[in-house]
Amino acid sequence: MSLMLNHISFKPTEEYHLNDISLRFDSGKMYTILGRTLSGKTTLLKTIAGLQTPDSGSINFEDTDFLSIPVWKRNVAMVYQQFINYPHLNVRDNVAFPLKQRKMDENLIEKEVQEAMEKVGLIGFESRKIQELSGGQQQRVALARSLAKKAKILLLDEPLVNLDYKLREGLREEFKKLFNVSDESNSILIYASTDPLEAMQLNGDIIVIDEGKILQTGTAKDVFENPATAKVAEITNDPAMNINKCLIQDNSLIMNDSVQIQIPDELKSVPNGKYLVGIRATDIYLDDQGFAFDVEISEISGSETFLHLRNNNLKCVATIEEVKTYNTNEVVKINFDKSKIYLFEESGDLRHSPYQQ
Amino acid sequence: MPKLYTFLKYFFVVLWACFVIAPFLWAISTSFKDFNSVTGGATYIPWLQFEPTLDGWSVLFKPGSQGGINIIGPYFNSIFVTLTASLISIVLGTLAAYALSRYTFKAGIVKNNDITFFFISQRIMPPVVLSIPFFIFLSSLGLLDSLAGLILVYIVLLMPIAVWIMVDFFNRVPREIDETALIDGCNPFQAFFKVVLPNSVPGMLVAGLFCIIFGWIDFFFAFILTFTKVQLLPVKIVALNSSITPWWSLSAAALVSVAPLIIVAFIVERYLSKGNLSGALK
Repeated sequence: MSLMLNHISFKPTEEYHLNDISLRFDSGKMYTILGRTLSGKTTLLKTIAGLQTPDSGSINFEDTDFLSIPVWKRNVAMVYQQFINYPHLNVRDNVAFPLKQRKMDENLIEKEVQEAMEKVGLIGFESRKIQELSGGQQQRVALARSLAKKAKILLLDEPLVNLDYKLREGLREEFKKLFNVSDESNSILIYASTDPLEAMQLNGDIIVIDEGKILQTGTAKDVFENPATAKVAEITNDPAMNINKCLIQDNSLIMNDSVQIQIPDELKSVPNGKYLVGIRATDIYLDDQGFAFDVEISEISGSETFLHLRNNNLKCVATIEEVKTYNTNEVVKINFDKSKIYLFEESGDLRHSPYQQ
Repeated sequence: MPKLYTFLKYFFVVLWACFVIAPFLWAISTSFKDFNSVTGGATYIPWLQFEPTLDGWSVLFKPGSQGGINIIGPYFNSIFVTLTASLISIVLGTLAAYALSRYTFKAGIVKNNDITFFFISQRIMPPVVLSIPFFIFLSSLGLLDSLAGLILVYIVLLMPIAVWIMVDFFNRVPREIDETALIDGCNPFQAFFKVVLPNSVPGMLVAGLFCIIFGWIDFFFAFILTFTKVQLLPVKIVALNSSITPWWSLSAAALVSVAPLIIVAFIVERYLSKGNLSGALK
């Protein structure tokens, strides 16, 4: 049983929201759609749910034409990034709503609701009003409602993005557990996210989307180690991978007049010419013998410091593994981990990955 | 600083309250006077400053043959016409507003916002402009001087208010709530009646309040479109005017006619301030 999207396109205005998307989702598996804001993630989920009709293409599920079935008969579940519940109903009735809509037997509803509430840790909140709950609890209600349905397709549109850091971490752990449990029910789980770290942690198949187009699909490891294009490398890293123009000439990699490095052995076979060089922020380190860069912005994030650096026209972001305040325009000396250098063709296609054999 | 703020806040609230309540007190006091105590200089407190009488009030309930105007019939006419027209306006207005808020209409250059504006544009014209068309319209239907005719005209006047308030309200209700209802197995009608409507009560109450106020206070159309069979309260009260302005019975009539609005406003305010829905839709 699988969900097949064939050449789905949606172009409500001048720009494509979905551009010729063909995907296959197998039941019992989890997929993460990774893309930036406005990349088409939500549109894709809404199209699968049936809230939006594509201009062209077809969707097949269990050998039926999905597009001919209206939303309310598709048996999908969806959780939004906003905490969407029914404000006029209490927690229990919110979770029971889709089941009542199906005219299920009352006793069965009670059982399913209890089960779903237990899974998301809402026992004891049954008769609370939605407005009396915190954001995290509201999102749990939405999640419980989608779980109680036992839908064949579960769509999660950045469900954690509006929660504070701690709650997000906690709920994500629970999500992983929930999804492992729901594997048995053979449903398809599609999770949209802007956060590469989240995508890696959830460890499902990753679909990288940008400007309505699928850029790459594969396992988390595959997409992380071998991004198909420079764009994918930017999207799948946070901070985005540093992509800069460079010139390879006589075994040296020239980024600008002052920043030039000797290329590692595995890159020696690359012919001279213009390329794009990609270096992860984590692969840049402080080095007294390194290149001098000016600090443009320094931001502290948890136990790390992000440095936005500039050397003439060359810009990059470095992650420093310590908490330290840098002044603007302060000069720092940095170096690049040569064994972790990516090389892309000028068109953006991957030329060399350090993980390639 | 917070103390000063609190003080100023209460000071202005009290000031405003005096400003609002004073005319009522004055009207109550005047309604118990007669010709002599109204013209005999400024007096406010009954028994101490003037001898109270019920003449002003009794005129309102005596039949014409005894020199009264008997407002009971017109009073119920007014209540019936206002409530019926408001109810129909809110029902139709809510449905129209939901459609305008959620669906895209396009006919040439006419789009959703133009339709919404068309509704409110009915209220831009001064009532005088509408009086002749309405008169001809009702007379061709044989509905002049009838409750049904008045209700029809009031619906035309009140529905734009309901549409406007409800369009604004629905625009604030996230579409995702409707979408979630659809995903949870509701067809579009069920989504509206089971999910959207129960959460729209505050908006409908506000719209209803405005409809009732604007319906209740209308004098112009009630005056033009009725003659003898059917009369509404504002028109009837004018009949009090004679060569001597009877301030005492006018005051009594003013109090009687404003009472329903005060009651309605209190009910709606109570409900809204309970806040059980106002903060629900983030």
